[in-house]
Order: sequence, then structure tokens, then C-alpha cells
Amino acid sequence: MNNPFLSYNNIISSLGFDSKTVVEKVSAEVSGLNSVDDKDILPRPFYTSMLDPMVLEKAFEKLIPKKKYTRLEKMMLLSLHQIIKDSKLELTERVGLIISTTKGNIDILESQEMFTKERAYLGALAQEIKEFFNFKDDPIVLSNACVSGVMAVSIAKRLINEKKYDHVFIVAGDMVTKFIISGFNAFQALSDERCRPYCKTRTGINIGEVAASVLVTKNTNLLVDESVEILGDASCNDANHISGPSRTGEGLYRSVMSAMKEANIEATDIDYISAHGTATPYNDEMESIAFSRAGLAETPLNSLKGYFGHTLGASGLLETIIGMHSLHRNQLFASLGFQELGVSHPLNIIRKTTPKNSNIFLKTASGFGGSNTAAIFRKIYK
Amino acid sequence: MKNDYFIQDYCHIKDNSVSLNGTQLFTQESTDFNAFIKSAYQHFNTDYPKFFKMDRLSKMAFIAADVLLKNGQHSIEESQNMAVVLSNRASSLDTDRKHQESINDQDNYYPSPAVFVYTLPNICIGEISIRHKLHSENSFFIFDQFNADHLWHYSNSLLNTYKADSVLCGWVDVDQDKYEAFLYVVSSKGSYEHNKEEITRLYLTK
Repeated sequence: MNNPFLSYNNIISSLGFDSKTVVEKVSAEVSGLNSVDDKDILPRPFYTSMLDPMVLEKAFEKLIPKKKYTRLEKMMLLSLHQIIKDSKLELTERVGLIISTTKGNIDILESQEMFTKERAYLGALAQEIKEFFNFKDDPIVLSNACVSGVMAVSIAKRLINEKKYDHVFIVAGDMVTKFIISGFNAFQALSDERCRPYCKTRTGINIGEVAASVLVTKNTNLLVDESVEILGDASCNDANHISGPSRTGEGLYRSVMSAMKEANIEATDIDYISAHGTATPYNDEMESIAFSRAGLAETPLNSLKGYFGHTLGASGLLETIIGMHSLHRNQLFASLGFQELGVSHPLNIIRKTTPKNSNIFLKTASGFGGSNTAAIFRKIYK
Repeated sequence: MKNDYFIQDYCHIKDNSVSLNGTQLFTQESTDFNAFIKSAYQHFNTDYPKFFKMDRLSKMAFIAADVLLKNGQHSIEESQNMAVVLSNRASSLDTDRKHQESINDQDNYYPSPAVFVYTLPNICIGEISIRHKLHSENSFFIFDQFNADHLWHYSNSLLNTYKADSVLCGWVDVDQDKYEAFLYVVSSKGSYEHNKEEITRLYLTK
């Protein structure tokens, strides 16, 4: 059984509205995180990466929408439109759609007059996206906390291997809202400066927003230069705590081992790890334990949270796409914000963006509910 | 690739009653959900103090899984690598609304981590995983209505690829005064065939 590939991809973010532009910025170590003073969201200034509403509006108008869409729908539609257009794929009943989001149109719960409260249901958001492009089959919405974005890739692969679909489009997105910021603030998890994953001086996360999308397919005529093959993937629960990471990194360790087993590779075959690295004290510490147990302490590793913040249900897909470009460019991107190792087990943090020939990368994510996902990708040579 | 799996047992929670394989195990007349689920917890001698910290979605999913896994016919070996695949319509909106209420008014602002953590639908999978020590595959999907086709495809995929030895699967939805749970276990042996028609038939069983 040959594996599906990741192909056409797009990122809608504060760093740009297509993957290449965004990756150029990341390569130049430009952060999309800025201090925002918006009392409607939080009484004090906070670091975040948000889309400029005017830029979003202007880009979205070009799609000539026939009705009103929410902010998140606009982001997702823009992202998906780009790759559907580029792939020239006809949307038959053999083409699936997976939507990855933790909170969807949650801002509808605040008094908004333009949309009914029904729009807060994730199924309503999914229906809008289905109808806009005229997908034949109903979308599959995945909402599995902060691992959703990478888990969506895993699910697309499985449904293609199960012959449910020939191709699957994934779109992932989450927004910066008062709902989310107030919640993480109540957890005392927000950093008052740009986040510093794995650093001794890290104090917490920044929340950001993006939409990202990718085409998953087995058709080798539909590949792009940065395409990768999905070698293996797994999701294992910590079975330990609903909001605190496991002290032994159990779920993440098991996910990585299971993904490596399926990929039929050793730890030393992995050239690069795109880790989760939220910059909360407990999460980063847990990751160091899990990677150390998996024999990955020396593998070059970064967290991309210093560029985008934590973009929740979109982060796993966003970071997978950046990883694809990282392999294609033979370039390892700096783990922005890192100064001095502040976890108990050694990690090989990428300090500066550097050239390196790479073939295989590991993407990991961990989230509330004890969820963890690992996926392994290999560069293809066209 | 093989698709010859079976449904071992199934559990319903709806209309103030809990049933296993179509047989009612517990019912309580004319109470609200909170009183009902607490009585169910007591009736089944659950003895798990963390239950009382859970939100309504987690409480319901937890009781349904407990009834199914304590009374079902699956073996210990099978349950060691049991995936959990759940779905619903309202995601975590029942608790989302509660968190939103706590932040609506600047003069009455009281967001709480204990509430916020439940504003994700997959937290109930975390609760089930902790209770039954399941370090397994877990996913939460949202559909407008019960989707036997997707649950069937995805369970087959997990079993066919040896990602799981059995799958705890189903629907858990709580939305204002409406609630419904339907969980079942898919494995290599059992009493009911594992196909879309049978899943739908069991789902619709009173």
C-alpha cells in the first residue's frame, strides 16, 4: 500500500496570504507576534498575531462572495480557494473535505447581530464551506483540541487508504477571540512578552490566528515541489490529566514510537522535529522527557510558536506545511525566542536558520484532554 | 484488508434512562439532566469523586463508557488498546455558553480554568481515557446528525491498520435541555455485525 502525499498548500496569516510569502518571512526570522492593546479582548496589552481586518476584507472581496460570511469563514474560504484553484481538481464525490478547528465561529456567542446563534455550531460553519465550493460529500469536522491540525492529516491518510476518498482537502482555522484569551488568561498561561519555547526564561504562550489548507492525495500527477509522503502517524492519550501534561511524556512518547514503527524508520533517520513547544513551563518540559525517551535528544528541533503564537486547531497543519517547505528548501528554521535551554532533558534547539540537507521530518502536537499526535513525512523528488 | 468486525455491546443514555444492549438498567422519572446523571452515578456505584468536577457532556460520556466497559463482554487484552472515537452535533457549546456568560459583563467578570478546560469536546475522551487507562488513539468529530458511515469507515481503518484492537465508538451530545449518548464497542468478535445498517439500527433502538 503506497502512502498518500501532502501537496497544494496555503497559509493565511499575519505574515502573508500564501505559503511561499509566509515561509520567506519565517526563513528571515520575522515574527508575526506583536503587542496588541484591545480592551474588548483583555484589560491589559498582550502579544498575538492577528490578521489585519482590512487586508482580509480586500482579499476576500476578490472571491466575489454572494452572501455574508464570518471572519473565520472568510479566512478558511480564502485559504481553500487558493489550493482548489491551483490543483484544478474537480470536486466529485471521491473528494473529501476535513475541517479542523477547536472553536470555529465562537465569537458568535458574543452579541453579534449579523448572524444567528446557530452559526456557532461547527456543522453550520462546515455547511457554508461545503456550499461555497460545491463539495459533493458532507465535510468531516475534527475538533480534538490542539492536536487537531496534524490529526486531520492522519485522518485524511486513513480515509484515503480505506478507499473512502481518492483526495481530501483539509482546511484548519482558529481565531483570536475574547473567549480564548480570557480562558488562557484564567489559566495564567499567557506570556507578557513574545513566547520563548524551551527557554529558561519562558513564561507562557501567545495565542495567534491562521487558516491553513492542504491537499492530501495518492495521485502523483497532483504533486508540487514541496510535496511530502506521509510515512507514519499515531495519536496516543496520556490517560493522566485533562489539562496538565504527563510527567513521563507518556502519550507523546507512545505517539512518536508508533509513528516511527509504521514509517519503518529509526530515530536517527529523522532529520528534523517540528515540535509543539507552546512555551508553557509544563508542556515544554514534558516534550523534553518524551523526546529523550524516544532517542531524539540530538535531532534538530524547533517550535514555530515564536512566529505565529499558538494557533490552536490550525497549528498542527500550519507547522506541517512550514515543515514541507523546510525540507524542500533544505533549510532548518530558527526556533524564535530561544536563548538558553530551560528543560530537564537535552534538546537540540535550532538557534539560527541554517542550511541542511533533510529528507524526513517529525511533526508533533499535544493538547488538552491528554491528546498527542505524531506524524512523519518524507521529501519526494519529482 | 478485512472488514469483518463485530459490535460487542452498545449503551444508550436518553430520556432519563440508561440501557445496555437494548435492556433498560436505570431510569428516573421527571428530573432534569443534572439530577438524573447524578442518580445514575449512584445507582451504578461508580465511586469516582472526579466525576463531580466534570461538565455535563463529560459526565454523560463517562457514565455511558463505564456502563459499557464494566458490564460488556470485551476482554482485558482487547481493552488495553481500545481506541476512542466520539462524535456529536453541539461540540462543547453547552460549556462554551457557560464560559461566555462569565466574560460577557466587565463588572461581573469571572472566567474560571475549571470551566474553560471543558470548552473542548474531546475532554470527555480524556476523562474516559484516565478512568480506563487508555493510552490509545482518540478523535472527536462533529456532524449535524449521527453519522454511521464515518464511524464505520474510521473504526475499520483503526482496526485494519492495527492502530487499535477494539474501538469505543459513538455519539455523545448535550445541548441545553437535550442530551443523548449512544456508545458501542467494535472488535474482532461480538454479537452484532459491524456495518452501517446495523450501527444505524442499534442507534435507533429504544
